Amino acid sequence: MNMRARRVRAIVRKELREYRRNRSLVVAMAIFPLIFVIQPLIVVLGLTASASGALAHEHVLLYMLGIPTFVPPFVAAYAVVGERQQGTLEPVLTTPITREEFLLGKALAALVPSVGIAYAVYAVFLACVALFARPGVAPALIQAPDLLAQLLFTPLLAGWSIWIGLGMSARSSDVRVAQQLGVLASLPPVFVAALIALNAIHATLGLGLGLGAALLLGDGLGWRIMAATFDRERLVTATRS
Amino acid sequence: MTGSDPTAVLGPDGAAAPSGRAPSAGTADQPALIVEHLTKRFGERIAVDDVSFEVGHGEVFGFLGPNGAGKTTTVRTLGTLLAPTSGSAMVAGLPLRAENGVEIRRRIAIMPESPGLYLRLSVLENLACFADLYEVPDPTARIERALGAVKLADRAHDACGSLSKGLRQRVALARALLSDPEVLFLDEPTSGLDPAAARDVHELIDGLRQRGVTIFLTTHRLEEAERLCDRVAIMNTTLRAIGRPDELREQLFARTLTVSTRLPLPEPGRVFGGLPAVDGWRQDGPAQYVLTVSDPTVAAPAVTRALVADGADVLSIGESRHSLEDVYLKLVDADKEAGRR
Repeated sequence: MNMRARRVRAIVRKELREYRRNRSLVVAMAIFPLIFVIQPLIVVLGLTASASGALAHEHVLLYMLGIPTFVPPFVAAYAVVGERQQGTLEPVLTTPITREEFLLGKALAALVPSVGIAYAVYAVFLACVALFARPGVAPALIQAPDLLAQLLFTPLLAGWSIWIGLGMSARSSDVRVAQQLGVLASLPPVFVAALIALNAIHATLGLGLGLGAALLLGDGLGWRIMAATFDRERLVTATRS
Repeated sequence: MTGSDPTAVLGPDGAAAPSGRAPSAGTADQPALIVEHLTKRFGERIAVDDVSFEVGHGEVFGFLGPNGAGKTTTVRTLGTLLAPTSGSAMVAGLPLRAENGVEIRRRIAIMPESPGLYLRLSVLENLACFADLYEVPDPTARIERALGAVKLADRAHDACGSLSKGLRQRVALARALLSDPEVLFLDEPTSGLDPAAARDVHELIDGLRQRGVTIFLTTHRLEEAERLCDRVAIMNTTLRAIGRPDELREQLFARTLTVSTRLPLPEPGRVFGGLPAVDGWRQDGPAQYVLTVSDPTVAAPAVTRALVADGADVLSIGESRHSLEDVYLKLVDADKEAGRR
């Protein structure tokens, strides 16, 4: 496969410009992160110093991995069906761009804001905890392994959700349906992260590496599967031959 | 179109593309498009049925037909968006096969009926995106020339969403010119344009023809096809007719002379009977006669002499002209009639 970076960049640049100017998309992308930062902040800032001991045995920060899971479907779901609805898909597909390039461009364009928002929300949350939480709460909550897991798993989870969102987008005829199905299909990794956060699954280095490898593999397979099943004909005519 | 050369996007020599693309496998002697027994089905429905034709290099080829005739399906199939159910084609020198899709799309450009622009982006941003997708060299200069060609240089920074339908159509045309294509598919390029803008597009197409670009023009405007196209094909799922507009007229309509006299002729059969190149006649009004002729240049002087000899006051003698619209309507009406039976 002869990938051309310039064509991938063209899609990424175009998508990012469109996101910035699509107010409803910006609002949709902001809602989940706000929920994920405000609710835990209220809880954590209300904790007493004596409650901090219990926090040390949990991985509460991992709860925020919901952000890179829930934000991407909103963007990715728009990627194919949105173009179909506004009639821009056909002109793009008549250019020399390949399916792999088109999908990679769409995925990277969704990854950039999703990961950026997630990291920004983590930073705001940690800063607020460090500055305003009662003594003892911040050191109990902010654990180096959790922070590392947060940083590494964020792009992996976002990638997973993006391929699911793109898959839904390529098969739906409505952006909202694709978004809702994308969010639903992205739930299993969040469920696993929640079980780890609440210590229902004991977090170990081996588990982390295993999950990371599985997600990495899933991301790579997601691209390949999407490219193999990306049907220009159905997308252009909305019929199967 | 006025001002500088509107087709300058093609480069000063109009032939070799400065885009760095692979040279075409086709030559000027080879047709730009060869379509053989092309059929496309969508489930049980046949959209295009056993269509064969060729389009020469530098030819402006009109593709006419009623709604649902398979025109857009043919364009999409030749543009590698749809896979043919059966049949074969050569597009810009390459066999129409999945593995040639990228190279075929590099050599052609398609302007769909709907402009399909990113409305939140500016004209410039839209064109820059497609310049990158086609990997054109020196995209800034190419975009400038394409915008100049469609007279939109002053609107380059406007959001496409703020443009009228006609202006959007022009942006789509500029986008199709960016890649300096060997074969340009234009699907209803003047749809929604005012007469002046449509005239500009016609001049642009004329300029492209002079530069050797092959143009496959789908249109409902029959006068547009008659004015611009070297040959036309009339489609109605199958190919109903193909040829130069005057050839089609001759194939479908007998050549006729229309004669008007001041008073009805007492014995028209005696006047018109036996004249050279006159095959028959009928009365078409109190003092008007339509003569079926094999050669108007022979028949007209003989008819004039016969009328004068008979003492008739001749008001006019002229060859009846059938337009491409007449040809089109005759074929489409025949299909409708056949469908009713």
